[in-house]
Amino acid sequence: MRNTPLKGAGFQMAGLALGIAISSTSVQAADWLVIESWRNDDTKIWSDVIIPAFNKVHPDIKVEFNPTPPSDYNSALSAKLQGGTAGDLITCRPFDVSLSLYNKGYLEPLNDVEGMKHFSDVAKSAWVTDDGAANFCMPMASVIHGFIYNKEIFEELGLKEPRTETEFFDLLNTIKTESRYIPLVMGTADQWEAATMGFQNVGPNYWKGEEGRKNLISGDEKITDDQYVKVWEHLSKWSPYMGRGYKGQRYSDSQNLFTLGRGAIYPAGSWDIPTFNEQADFKFGAFFPPVPDGQDTCYISDHTDIAMGINKASKNKKSAKIFLNWMASQDFAELYSNALPGFFSLANHKIEIKDPVAQEFLSWRDECQQTIRNSYQILSRGTPSMENELWNVSVQVLNGKMTPENAAAQVESGLSKWYAPHQ
Amino acid sequence: MLNQMTIPQKLSIKHGSGKKVMMHGVLMIYTFIALFPIFVIIINAFKTRKAIFKDPLALPTPDTFSMVGFEQVLLRSEFELFFANSMVVTLLSLFFVLLLGAMVAFALTEYKFRGNLFIAILFAMGIMIPIRLGTVSILNLMSNLNLVNTLTALVLVYIAQGLPLAVYILSEFIRQIPKELKEAARCDNVSEYKIFFTIVLPLIRPALATVAVFTMIPIWNDLWFPLILAPGEGNQTITLGVQQFIGQYVTDWNSVLAALTLAIVPVLVLYLIFSRQLIRGLTSGAVK
Amino acid sequence: MTTSNHKAPFPWHILFFLAPGLLIYVSISVYPLLDTLWLGFFEEDESGQRFFSGLKNYQTLLFDAVWSEPFWNALWNNTKFFIVHMLVQNPIGLMLAVLLSSPRLQWSNSYRTLIFMPTMLSVVIIGFVWQLLLSPIWGISENFLYDIGLGEYFDAWLGNEGTALTTLSLISVWQFVGIPMMLIYASLLNIPDELIDASVVDGSSAWQTFWNIKLPLILPTIGMVSILTFVANFNAFELIYAVKGALAGPNFSTDIMGTLFYRTFFGFQLQSGSITMGAAVATLMFLIILIGVAIYLFLVQRRMQRFQL
Repeated sequence: MRNTPLKGAGFQMAGLALGIAISSTSVQAADWLVIESWRNDDTKIWSDVIIPAFNKVHPDIKVEFNPTPPSDYNSALSAKLQGGTAGDLITCRPFDVSLSLYNKGYLEPLNDVEGMKHFSDVAKSAWVTDDGAANFCMPMASVIHGFIYNKEIFEELGLKEPRTETEFFDLLNTIKTESRYIPLVMGTADQWEAATMGFQNVGPNYWKGEEGRKNLISGDEKITDDQYVKVWEHLSKWSPYMGRGYKGQRYSDSQNLFTLGRGAIYPAGSWDIPTFNEQADFKFGAFFPPVPDGQDTCYISDHTDIAMGINKASKNKKSAKIFLNWMASQDFAELYSNALPGFFSLANHKIEIKDPVAQEFLSWRDECQQTIRNSYQILSRGTPSMENELWNVSVQVLNGKMTPENAAAQVESGLSKWYAPHQ
Repeated sequence: MLNQMTIPQKLSIKHGSGKKVMMHGVLMIYTFIALFPIFVIIINAFKTRKAIFKDPLALPTPDTFSMVGFEQVLLRSEFELFFANSMVVTLLSLFFVLLLGAMVAFALTEYKFRGNLFIAILFAMGIMIPIRLGTVSILNLMSNLNLVNTLTALVLVYIAQGLPLAVYILSEFIRQIPKELKEAARCDNVSEYKIFFTIVLPLIRPALATVAVFTMIPIWNDLWFPLILAPGEGNQTITLGVQQFIGQYVTDWNSVLAALTLAIVPVLVLYLIFSRQLIRGLTSGAVK
Repeated sequence: MTTSNHKAPFPWHILFFLAPGLLIYVSISVYPLLDTLWLGFFEEDESGQRFFSGLKNYQTLLFDAVWSEPFWNALWNNTKFFIVHMLVQNPIGLMLAVLLSSPRLQWSNSYRTLIFMPTMLSVVIIGFVWQLLLSPIWGISENFLYDIGLGEYFDAWLGNEGTALTTLSLISVWQFVGIPMMLIYASLLNIPDELIDASVVDGSSAWQTFWNIKLPLILPTIGMVSILTFVANFNAFELIYAVKGALAGPNFSTDIMGTLFYRTFFGFQLQSGSITMGAAVATLMFLIILIGVAIYLFLVQRRMQRFQL
């Protein structure tokens, strides 16, 4: 037969694969916890710092951090939960995505977990049922929005951190006219920055933080109201200061442009700090979103972003609870917040943050009123989802394809299609 | 045979040389278009981060040369293991798709039996609907068979995924085999098995090579099923490994480009191996 | 056709050839797919309980503006995606195959091997490199256009609503042109030399030989290539997902059936996925492809066969 060589190789391979199949099914030992997470950026910190620290206290429980790329996390996790093959500990997205996992019976209620007492109700609010009866994930960290700037460029051009909007746009203008640096480093190609680092970053100042967020949920305010349209009006003024070709600029492009020293100001989330620490060879600082002229109170987005829950189908729930209790400890809070500057522990422990920029972000909590992203609670539950709409319209406003009024009208009409308080 | 070889030689004199130049010109331009992006990845993988952004098209010079990306990739991930996993899965799936596909194609084109048309349509449907849609059921099934997190699960899925197209293409080719060949064998009392393995299979070699290449590509490059069925440590395929690596170090372009380069090389080697088979299969002229 | 004439014993050989492939195919592909498509007739409440709802999902999908607008948008984009492939990919593939198959062409094997290479690469690599090449920030394509005097036409093509889909289609063409090229090339090689020789001896030019002899003979292959392109394009997903994400921006201008299905089935960001609604989208995708294939079989192929006679 002419195809013998191929066939021979095939049989050899079959033997090999069988061997691999057999050897890999037997790994599920008694106390082996697998963590599902989208934070693949943090793999190293988990395996080199956090898990060894846990094993110092509990050497008998093995822990494996098994991340999925962020964009595939929700879909891969839901497939694995349905197939009964997901890990023991599940990293929770805030609000409805995790709530729906809980409602479908994939997450264990955590009310009886000792460590939950270390978290305030506000911290727990993103992972609680609508009636407040059950908590299903233990809060881990929040992230804060603001602007990160290149200190060397600011010194070179003699610039100061802006407090008000006029100062902010004057500053951008100065950078644009007096230097070759990109004033505002952000792109619209990946879409989410427009909503997250644009709309949710500067917006709370206009809709008065929590007050506006709650009124939006109750239906007392509409997105078409003046204060929301003004956010997009603000954003539409960014376009001239963004880099050439920002429509094709991706998130990683922006990070690279900034860390290579080609841009002055970067609309940021505090989660960018670890990346910048590693890659920027200049000093950088941060300022909170400039307030509209004449407004005294500043509002910041201090967003509850990440938590940890237990897979209801896990065979190691006891160990999983031990791990969660350890995660509620002072040790973990300190370890995590300092290993990943920019992710701020949500526990009530007093901890010291060593990173200066992360400290700066944290200090705004005393200075400003805090809120979370207004599209996250309830309002993205139906179709169309408000969050998806915000991505889309904010990009279009920044690209000059849509007026602020139309952007507001589209989001409001989306809400009115399924959400009673807005009908 | 002799005739065939001599006639083209005579013909070539007739061809104007200007035409030849034009043909080469067109082919070279297209080859350039096909290879340029790959070239860009590879040269930049050997440069420092600053140099990549300064002039992405410059070749690495002693000043800008850097292997730091490769060092980090090899240090931080198990590329050899990923590569071995991908090899095992791809070759094994390929072997079974070709063998089982040819067998089904032969049965469907050669014999009349009840349900023939139904089965043929069933396979044709498979070309039209991506197997990914059935992910959740497949996962349940694999979980029941205790195959989750094994390469066996991947192989099974890829066989099911590759069969429809293999059956479709191979049927077309088997139909073209002259009836007389098989009839003559049957008159000599040759068994149906022997007819398939010694007459039909060798005759459809060009088609087998073609199907092999087309089956191999989606398997080697698949991200989805490795992610769902075999994401565990030690079972990642190279595409999944690279994807996770990119996710993890997205701004660290040295490492990303080095990872991409390391992912390109094995595919190219694999293809070059198969390309030989493909050429031999195609030029053996069995069906002529 | 041969064995059934005289009363034969049970045809074990048919079973032998058919059973292994059929078994794997039915249990790992057909059954899971039917199992999923069936869910399109169900609805799911908050707790994951499913109940039968007949055609309600389809009604929502086709007539409720919230769903139907994205659906028709994706379908139309997908059609454009397909048209670009038919107009660019297959003619280039045909041209390359004809060039490569011309007798005694030097380096023909090398050309063929090299041109096929992009087809071998994963979208992870393709997505990354084309974004780098087309990025206005790194300026590779911009400088190139300036060098050939077309600099003013440069734009951030992947980021503009008007050009993103075409650009992505062309990237996909770049990747997959090797497939029509190979298939047509193989079928050109299978043309008996005698036919071509006879034509040349009759004094036909190369163009006439191609038009009168080769093209009719490879028409079935071109038909096959077209239908495979159609099926592949309406199942496409990965490139757009890798480059533009599941939200297929800007303003859904690059949304195709595959990305729409993914968003619906698995959810996206804060939007939870709906298995039942996703199954309905999948069923419609399947029907669209089925209709396309049926049109091809009944109209095109039948006419082609007549043409061959």
